[in-house]
Amino acid sequence: MARVAVGARAASAFRGVAAGTGRTLLVLALTFFGLLLVTFLIGRVVPIDPVLAAVGDRASAETYARARAELGLDLPLYQQFAIYVGKVLQGDFGRSVLTSNPVLTDIGRFFPATLELATLATILGVGIGVPLGVIAAARQGRWQDQVIRVVGLLGYSIPVFWLGLVGLLVFYARLGWVAGPGRVDVGFNDIVEPMTGLILLDSLMEGEGEVFANALSHLVLPAAILGYFSLAYVSRMTRSFMIDQLRQEYIVTARVKGIAERRVVWRHAFGNVMLPLVTVVALSYANLLEGSVLTETVFAWPGIGAYITNSLLNADMNAVLGGTIVVGAVFIGLNMASDLLYRLLDPRAR
Amino acid sequence: MRHREWVFGGLMTALLVSPAFAATPKDTVVMAKQIDDIISLDPGEVFEFSGAEAVSNIYDKLIDFNIKKVSELHGRLVESWGVADDGVTYTFKMKKGLKFASGNPITAADAAWSLQRAVILNKTPGFILTQFGFTKDNVKDRIKASDPETLVIVTAKQVAPSFLYYCLTANVSSVVDSKLAEQHAKGDDFANEWLKSHSAGSNAFTLRDWRANEDYTLEANPNYWGKKPAVKRVVVRHVAEPSTQRLLLEKGDIDYARNLTRDDLNAIKSNPQIATQESPKGNIVYVGLNQKNPNLAKPEVREALKYLVDYDAIQRNILSGTYIVHESFLPDGFLGAIDDKPYKLDVAKAKALLAKAGLSGGFTMTMDAPGSSPYTDIAQAIQAGFAQGGVKLELIPGDQKQVITKYRARNHDSVLLYWGPDYQDPHTNAQTFASNPDNSDSSPSKTLAWRNSWNIPEMTKTTLDAVGERDAEKRAAIYESLQREHQKISPFIIMFEQIEVAAHRKNVDGFIMGPSVDTNFYEEIRKN
Repeated sequence: MARVAVGARAASAFRGVAAGTGRTLLVLALTFFGLLLVTFLIGRVVPIDPVLAAVGDRASAETYARARAELGLDLPLYQQFAIYVGKVLQGDFGRSVLTSNPVLTDIGRFFPATLELATLATILGVGIGVPLGVIAAARQGRWQDQVIRVVGLLGYSIPVFWLGLVGLLVFYARLGWVAGPGRVDVGFNDIVEPMTGLILLDSLMEGEGEVFANALSHLVLPAAILGYFSLAYVSRMTRSFMIDQLRQEYIVTARVKGIAERRVVWRHAFGNVMLPLVTVVALSYANLLEGSVLTETVFAWPGIGAYITNSLLNADMNAVLGGTIVVGAVFIGLNMASDLLYRLLDPRAR
Repeated sequence: MRHREWVFGGLMTALLVSPAFAATPKDTVVMAKQIDDIISLDPGEVFEFSGAEAVSNIYDKLIDFNIKKVSELHGRLVESWGVADDGVTYTFKMKKGLKFASGNPITAADAAWSLQRAVILNKTPGFILTQFGFTKDNVKDRIKASDPETLVIVTAKQVAPSFLYYCLTANVSSVVDSKLAEQHAKGDDFANEWLKSHSAGSNAFTLRDWRANEDYTLEANPNYWGKKPAVKRVVVRHVAEPSTQRLLLEKGDIDYARNLTRDDLNAIKSNPQIATQESPKGNIVYVGLNQKNPNLAKPEVREALKYLVDYDAIQRNILSGTYIVHESFLPDGFLGAIDDKPYKLDVAKAKALLAKAGLSGGFTMTMDAPGSSPYTDIAQAIQAGFAQGGVKLELIPGDQKQVITKYRARNHDSVLLYWGPDYQDPHTNAQTFASNPDNSDSSPSKTLAWRNSWNIPEMTKTTLDAVGERDAEKRAAIYESLQREHQKISPFIIMFEQIEVAAHRKNVDGFIMGPSVDTNFYEEIRKN
């Protein structure tokens, strides 16, 4: 009898998990479908003729008509969308008109460049922004708080384009501390065989120390500039979460008990701030992974942001849709990862 | 703690001593340029500015023109050429002993194959050849090798021989290594897919690599029949932002910056390490006035608006060093080009003309213009000029492709854009600015005259007849008078011609800049 009950409990738990997974998958599929549909429609509403990107302004009427048919633009809208979704389900994202490459090849080339940049920027932004936020909260209203507030405000308000150019002028052109625009110097092109597409990782795996140092030197400045914006956001959020916690009764109790202030702040209050911070950091990271068109432009960085923007301005819809799926997947993936972290960090969420 | 210090110290050292500031390698020339327009490097397909430049360094043509004197033609792969008395049969004798980069001999069969494929594929530049009556069904009869050294081309009707010759100097007429290409053909694509990113040519360079939106790299062709290039490699990197190009150049990380703005060029003047070189390019900046707008359809209004543009002030204040004032549709250096500048800002004259048209109180119109430099500034200056005559101009900035889409649908009042010639013969611009064979909305020929709904049966006939005039002097005279008439009555305010400026490190020189994008050559660049 007992064995039957255990078996039934296990089966019911399994059914629960299966149903949960099924629901998640369904939600995921619907999200992606919606994302694709909206992007597709936006692409068709944009007042740009997609054939112009393929054959330009000078092609003969015959060439123009052929290109239009090849792009499937002579079909009704719903049919164009159905064909596209059908192909995507078979793993065929089509070709980009602008680069002549399969969209997946392009994304495989441009996304790692953005990933590398966004990851280092986030590490810098979080590594510096969180301690600054905690200090600002702990010293609320004092000079430290004011200084950190000004730093944050500047990060919010200075245009990234301007900051990038000034950064290049000072640290690259004048001081010569870092390398200039691009991912590596021309002399280092093609030395590392791309395996992951992340130059830092590839050069380390292939033991190319010089390439690693050169790539890092190219990466530091754009990552620091993007990291600064991330820092501004993360430090403000950390400060407000911390102030909220520092007002709680358990903090008063801890202080009354004579626990050292540093321990009260970092152990008691910060411990409870980590949870909401996970979401903040994940969102900031996801934003950077979308690619930052302006930073990519100033630093001649071949990232996904400039790729998608350029494609959209040319109505190169395969590229735009492919890019959107990747960005969507990043958002959804990071959301799920932060959910998971939530569960790990907070027993109540399990 | 110790550990952490070591790691930090190591990281900083790596950053500070990394060889990031070395000048470019000795045997390599590095250029920064906006090259995200490249969609293919197949000579039968390429038609974008950056792609055309790359391809013209990789592929050779049968004949070419002297970039200093465009009217002089010389053989590249042929030693002689001529037209028979029937006026339609052209014969080209190939030079002997020339080889492609692959080592394959260059024969008349390669030339025939290359021209045939361009006609059969009929990609964007295909019209340059199909306008001589070649179709996919007849091209194998009309363009063929009668023996390994002789290419015969038969046009559908008599044209000015120079018209055909100039079209053979266009990239679409490049000679491709047919043996190599055919090894990579898929189905009936004539290796189009492969040639987008590989090369099979015989000019000074071969294509090592093209990474869209990043860079392309050319390598010296070891089998080049001409004088060997002085450098082994040319790397052209996509750097979109002109200010970034300038920083790279000043720092010595690139040898050439190709897209500096007027401000950048002024700023580098004082740098003793940097020099500039320039060449007029055939790009013409103009305003098109749509004749569907009843006000703009009045001849007096068109003329008045031409008197309301302050050409000199715009050139001086916005475009100096990068554009010159030019008011006719043929760029400098073309057969029949004129330098007449009949218009300058004359508000009183414009007001009188507007009054004559019954619009003394002025009127309101819109102008679509690309929202990028220098068009935004030019558009605002035009707006200010029009306002002096009482014409209220509302500007509609847009992405360039968006503006062109609207233009092609003839939904504009007026538009500010530029036009670059497709090949070196005057017909290229005459056809688009001064012919409109069918003004209906469904016309297959979307010339600029058509886009502005300018119905001109007589001028169209003159323009189309001009290509049949076999006497070069008479032909030039036709274009001269055509342009003068066009300046008077057309709905085009032709304003400026572009000058291309390249800034370079002083220790590097020899970059040849011709009158068109496909006459910019790297083969004589050397580093001292």
